[in-house]
Amino acid sequence: MLAAALAAQLAMRTGSGSSAAAVVELPPPPSPQALRLASFGESATLARVAMLYVQAFDPPRDYLRLIGWLRDILDLDPRSQYPLFVAARVYAEVPDPARARLMLDFIHEQYLLDPDRRWSSLAHAALLAKHRLRDLPLARRYAADLQRHTTAADVPLWAKQMEVFILEDMNELEAARIVLGGLLASGTIRDADEERFLRRKLEELEQRSRQQGFK
Amino acid sequence: MPTAILARLVLIEARRGGLPWLTAAALALALVLAAFLSQVALTEARSLQLAVIAAVLRACAVFLVAVQVTASVMREVNDKGLELMLSLPLARASHYLGRFLGYSAMAAALAFVFALPLLAWAAPGAVALWGLSLALEGALVAAAALFFSMTLAQPVPAIAATAGLYLLARSMAAIQAIAAGPLVDASLPQQAARFCVDAVALLLPRLDAVTRSEWLLYGAPPGGAAFASAMGAVAIYIALLAAAGLFDFYRRNN
Repeated sequence: MLAAALAAQLAMRTGSGSSAAAVVELPPPPSPQALRLASFGESATLARVAMLYVQAFDPPRDYLRLIGWLRDILDLDPRSQYPLFVAARVYAEVPDPARARLMLDFIHEQYLLDPDRRWSSLAHAALLAKHRLRDLPLARRYAADLQRHTTAADVPLWAKQMEVFILEDMNELEAARIVLGGLLASGTIRDADEERFLRRKLEELEQRSRQQGFK
Repeated sequence: MPTAILARLVLIEARRGGLPWLTAAALALALVLAAFLSQVALTEARSLQLAVIAAVLRACAVFLVAVQVTASVMREVNDKGLELMLSLPLARASHYLGRFLGYSAMAAALAFVFALPLLAWAAPGAVALWGLSLALEGALVAAAALFFSMTLAQPVPAIAATAGLYLLARSMAAIQAIAAGPLVDASLPQQAARFCVDAVALLLPRLDAVTRSEWLLYGAPPGGAAFASAMGAVAIYIALLAAAGLFDFYRRNN
């Protein structure tokens, strides 16, 4: 009897296949309040477990649904870097430009809510806009916001001067010169080596700008 | 020192009843689950492990305390050990508080054992606060389980009532937020519902404000005033449950 019941159980489970395979589409996100209620006060833990749940699905066709999930999860634990990391490194790197743009916009929107903690995701978004979407105005907008709103001391030089390089790529040397000059004048560059490098870059830009003026 | 003797007996009963093995199993479960989940994490693997271990151990501690207290009281009642104890020249307050102190010491021991592995992931100060908070939370659950076991005298209703009180206390802040949400209309039934929710919240401890994983992930709350206030509120509720239990204990056996 015991052996027969065990065999029947194993046969049933083997025959039914994996339950994970049956669910292929990410379900609609629950409301933030419902998610908070379900966390029973452990919102940071639920945020992380919910991220694992979301990333278990293939990137969905409906990015608004995915963004709803990511927004809910960030609402559960605003200090977690996980949702924006995955947004920038996974979901924004899909080949479909429309979906990528939606995700980049979401990253930008969330960055503005907490710039000092979320700047790295926007920096990656700016790089994606520049190199993958080849949308230099969009990349410049992100880079400009990155420079304007981020005040954290741990922001590296490459992120601070990203706008300058993008303007250079757009061949807007005069604008790049002004931005770089403003960055140096703002007093936010405290490292002597960084400041020396930026001054050299500024001189180079001024020289190129003059040469462009002669042509 | 009859109170201390009773407390010691409770601890001996817990040790002989297999609680150490269940504690070890809970630790193993938390560590294995965290290791598995961190394998699929794309970033923040350490904080994921820490958050999962802390949440699982907190739930296990509360479950073990509630079940142990209920089972212990039920055994005393069914074996007529309680009646034997009451026939001894011992104040009922000593009897009740001795058991409660024993269960609280058991909860503190569990909190200590469960906090130790977290030192591998979090700062000692944050772990100490978390462990202290879990010990107090465990004492509150012990007080609730003791009260419901003595009052209801049946294991299933006692465990259900303890679990209900605990889960409601942990989710009450979220329920209040839903009741007061911006999309809620200002109709009379809604206002009444909101009033009822607020009234129920007044009768519950703020368990969502204690033993928080955020302390381990992002550091202890600054200043210490919020922590002291949360701990104080839990201590007051423990005193309330103990007083209610004592009141019922005296009333029933007179």
